Amino acid sequence: MSLKQKDLTTIATLTPDEIMLILETADSFKEVSGREIKKVPALRGKTVVNFFFEPSTRTRTSFELAAKRLSADVINFSPSSSSVVKGETLLDTARNIEAMQADIIVLRHQAAGAAETLARGVKSSVINAGDGWHEHPTQALLDLFTMREKHPTFKGLTVAIVGDIAHSRVARSNIYALTKMGAEVRAVGPPTMIPAFLDRLGATVHYDMDEALRGVDVIMMLRLQLERQGRALFPTIREYSRLYGLTADRVRLANAGAMIMHPGPINRGVEIAPDVADSFSSVILDQVTNGVAVRMAVLYLLAGAN
Amino acid sequence: MMQHEKKHEKLIMDGHEVARALTRIAHEILERNKGVKGLALVGIRTGGVHLAHRLAKRIQSIEGGTVPIGDLDITLYRDDLALRKDQPVIRKTAIPFNISDLKVVLVDDVLFTGRTIRAAMDGLIDLGRPAEIQLAVLVDRGHRQLPIKATYIGKNIPTSRDENVQVFLEEEGEEDRVVILNGGAP
Repeated sequence: MSLKQKDLTTIATLTPDEIMLILETADSFKEVSGREIKKVPALRGKTVVNFFFEPSTRTRTSFELAAKRLSADVINFSPSSSSVVKGETLLDTARNIEAMQADIIVLRHQAAGAAETLARGVKSSVINAGDGWHEHPTQALLDLFTMREKHPTFKGLTVAIVGDIAHSRVARSNIYALTKMGAEVRAVGPPTMIPAFLDRLGATVHYDMDEALRGVDVIMMLRLQLERQGRALFPTIREYSRLYGLTADRVRLANAGAMIMHPGPINRGVEIAPDVADSFSSVILDQVTNGVAVRMAVLYLLAGAN
Repeated sequence: MMQHEKKHEKLIMDGHEVARALTRIAHEILERNKGVKGLALVGIRTGGVHLAHRLAKRIQSIEGGTVPIGDLDITLYRDDLALRKDQPVIRKTAIPFNISDLKVVLVDDVLFTGRTIRAAMDGLIDLGRPAEIQLAVLVDRGHRQLPIKATYIGKNIPTSRDENVQVFLEEEGEEDRVVILNGGAP
């Protein structure tokens, strides 16, 4: 069995079975990363192009490592060093990359829908590594993978996602994925950061963090995008931190042993207290480790769909 | 997948014969390696894994001591990955010991073209540098496409290329037996 689709641009079109296939495949790939020789020949001869229009260390490195551990050849493109600065459109640049026989293009772009547009225009597989406020599918998949290491079934699992839900592609992809798998999702944040009609995605909305954390198994904190300060979303960082920052006291409101997650990069002392980020319940670095395994699984499964 | 629809099935080995062949192979492994020291068994998923466990049990009851056992999934090392439309499901490789400097006996149910064994050897060598790799198979059906030869063989079965040799095992809910199914691969 492999993925029926050519691309991975959104979680919305995946079935629960396909999500499970990716997670189970990733489980096998995690073993490879633990070996002394962290390489298998599965994608030998395939070319993966990382095409990142926004700064990223974690995601780009993770995709690069994943591709290399599968023996694919990897090329990194960034707009500042490419013809994009000369005015070439996204699609034209991508078609040129494709003409060099790239099999998989990994795209990070500031515009929502960029990955989908690209996927329709090229024959190569396209993986969305984050498009504007829209989606970040592999982040959601690695988050689910990490949850599953402790909670084998998603049914009955309660997850609080706390922060700027409206501007978070991580939140959106996670809400799609978790509700599809039967988990309960609570979206927590100030009214200015909660999008309208969130209930249509199957998540409940909470403005009071203390109340929302009661009885949750997973607390997923989102990065406060400090660059948004001054856009009337929150008065001051201090007030935001007091109302929606995760402290050790707040962790105690959740179920015992609740997992603490964060997609990174973290603002210590803003959305998460340093002692919480470094605590035993924090799986923030496990998320990073698992990211490589999940991306290996996605690359492997899409390479078969070509 | 309709391969079980009244297809002609010819019995090659029954449960007793399978058991005797495994007992003999266990003795041969001990004889060739002069005991269990430095020995490890690695079963190739999935049929080989069950057989490796059975062999280990026999070896331990004959000689005492323990033999480390691992499971090897060769999917990522297949030479036809790029040619297939559907990606085969990957299972876990679980070899919880360092294979370097061990005499590793690869265990599989059927030896046919030899391509699986080539992949298994590449997979093993990625995990370390064994002192030696030996190969134990329950059935050798011929038609090799690579220069590969088994060290221990349960039974040689002459077949034609389009016949399909199947090993059924109790661990998978079947009665132990080896059969030839006519009409090509399933």
